[in-house]
Amino acid sequence: MLGWYVAKRILLAIPTLFGVTVITFALTYLLPGNPALVKAGPLATPEHIREMERQMGLDQPVVVQYGRYVTGVLRGDLGESSMTGRPVLQDLMQRVPATLELTLASLVVAVLAGVPLGVIAAVRRDGIVDHVSRLLGVAGVAMPTFWTGLLALYVFFYALGVAPPPLGRLDNSVTPPMTITGMYAFDALLTGHWRALGSALHQLVLPALTLGFSVMAPLMRMVRATMLEVLESDYIKAAWAAGLPRRTVIYGDALRNCLIPVITILGVIFGFLMAGNVVVEVVFAWPGIGNYAVTSLMSKDSGPIQSFVLFVAVVYVLVNLAVDVVYGLVDPRIRLH
Amino acid sequence: MALGVVALLILVALVAPWIAPYDPDAPDAEAALQAPGWRHWLGTDLYGRDQLSRIIHASRVDLLVALSATAIALSAGIVFGSLSGYRGGWTDQLVMRAVDTVQAFPSFILAMGITAALGNSTANVVVAIAITHVPIYTRLIRGEMLRLREMEYAEAARTVGNRERRVVFYHLLPNCFPPVIVQATLAMGFAILTVAALSFIGLGIQPPASEWGAMTAEGSGYIVSGEWWIFLFPGLAIMVTVLAFNLVGDALRDILDPRMRGV
Repeated sequence: MLGWYVAKRILLAIPTLFGVTVITFALTYLLPGNPALVKAGPLATPEHIREMERQMGLDQPVVVQYGRYVTGVLRGDLGESSMTGRPVLQDLMQRVPATLELTLASLVVAVLAGVPLGVIAAVRRDGIVDHVSRLLGVAGVAMPTFWTGLLALYVFFYALGVAPPPLGRLDNSVTPPMTITGMYAFDALLTGHWRALGSALHQLVLPALTLGFSVMAPLMRMVRATMLEVLESDYIKAAWAAGLPRRTVIYGDALRNCLIPVITILGVIFGFLMAGNVVVEVVFAWPGIGNYAVTSLMSKDSGPIQSFVLFVAVVYVLVNLAVDVVYGLVDPRIRLH
Repeated sequence: MALGVVALLILVALVAPWIAPYDPDAPDAEAALQAPGWRHWLGTDLYGRDQLSRIIHASRVDLLVALSATAIALSAGIVFGSLSGYRGGWTDQLVMRAVDTVQAFPSFILAMGITAALGNSTANVVVAIAITHVPIYTRLIRGEMLRLREMEYAEAARTVGNRERRVVFYHLLPNCFPPVIVQATLAMGFAILTVAALSFIGLGIQPPASEWGAMTAEGSGYIVSGEWWIFLFPGLAIMVTVLAFNLVGDALRDILDPRMRGV
């Protein structure tokens, strides 16, 4: 039963991925300016450009071009970046760990702040925490993430002087740890490079808080809403009636069941995180894939941007697939639908 | 209260040229980088342009882009959603697969890709945001249509010989509107955040046009030297606007859909 459910979900993801490549192909195809013209350079003669077009297959029918595009993508060919002069996939892979590190740290911030706040808000409904968390939630959704980041920088870097300058992942004087995962904080921990660990965490705090804050609100609302529902249910009433201690009922029975629906929202949160990453990486000069896309943009190189869009979309589809599978694992009822 | 703020914002955008104290694009070398004070309430930027005037003028751009994108997405969503929900069958399959595909992208990332592909212009930002918002309305209206088409009054409308188009657009569609209005109000806030974020990273609306996100980006360079007013006020304008739309949306939901109250 479970195997069948997983197989069905994976099969359903295939047409979606196909659709994704159609859209990114269309975007690449719609690009302003002929790609051959861009590649041939400003001094190219018309013959040279036509030759380039022929070499790049731009004189072929759209369907043939799409076929080439997809086979290229499947082989990992995402084109070349005129900014770095290297294959885009290589550029992206080099920057993925930085983005992953920031994303994971932000997720930790969001969960550590959002779940307890949601629980307390539900347990003490209309109490102070409930009101404060509602306020935080409303603000978190309305504040543009880049602005939150700038505010944090102004307060903690400029005014208080406790945060490092927004110049990337490590202080200039610190040598990066040996590469294992590519995530500096992890690698430094694994290799016992304490100075790098300290510097990496110091650099990570503000961007992670900024991004975490921006996605905390939906998580908090979800936890609060499901917690309220769970607290009304019969088995919790039975637990109260059995005289179990408050802590056991709330954190043992209720919270465990309330976290299952929360898994479903992780897919949505991941989408917000990817969007937030772009602006937060720009604000903090964090050398991740979002920053890469924006820098390519400034050098009028839109190839890497479409590859970035494709890359993020594929990861997003896979994350949602994983969320569905995990949800099916922890909640057997889903599999039966 | 929030409704008042929204009304005020729209009013400010409408009468911007008459209430802005200075020309938003006029440089004034004598007044460069002035902190907020009597002459310039919200200070001035590097070129001595009055921040308050620029923020007031920018409200036209941000609100208009968000409003047009929402209007386009809503119209497309009404057509696709009604067809899909009322007809069912392969029309439904086709529309829903297209919707799934668009929603396979995180919406801001897709908007980035579309704007980058179409080129930087205000109209292209509208198109990009509209495309990413179409699925929201399509799904919502499809869901409502599926429910409404089985109702007795729909059956009655069909029985007396009304044509399909009339049944859908005249009899059923108006009953879909309450949740749609709520969604559109909430989506306005989201659209404003998207416009601002796109211009913040240099896509879409280009300087010297005043736009809140682009103004915040200009201000970000002055944090290290302590000129806080340049980034602070445009961002504050975004937050207040989005907050107002969200609160109005929540209030509308409470009124139009009492089941959701207090969630």
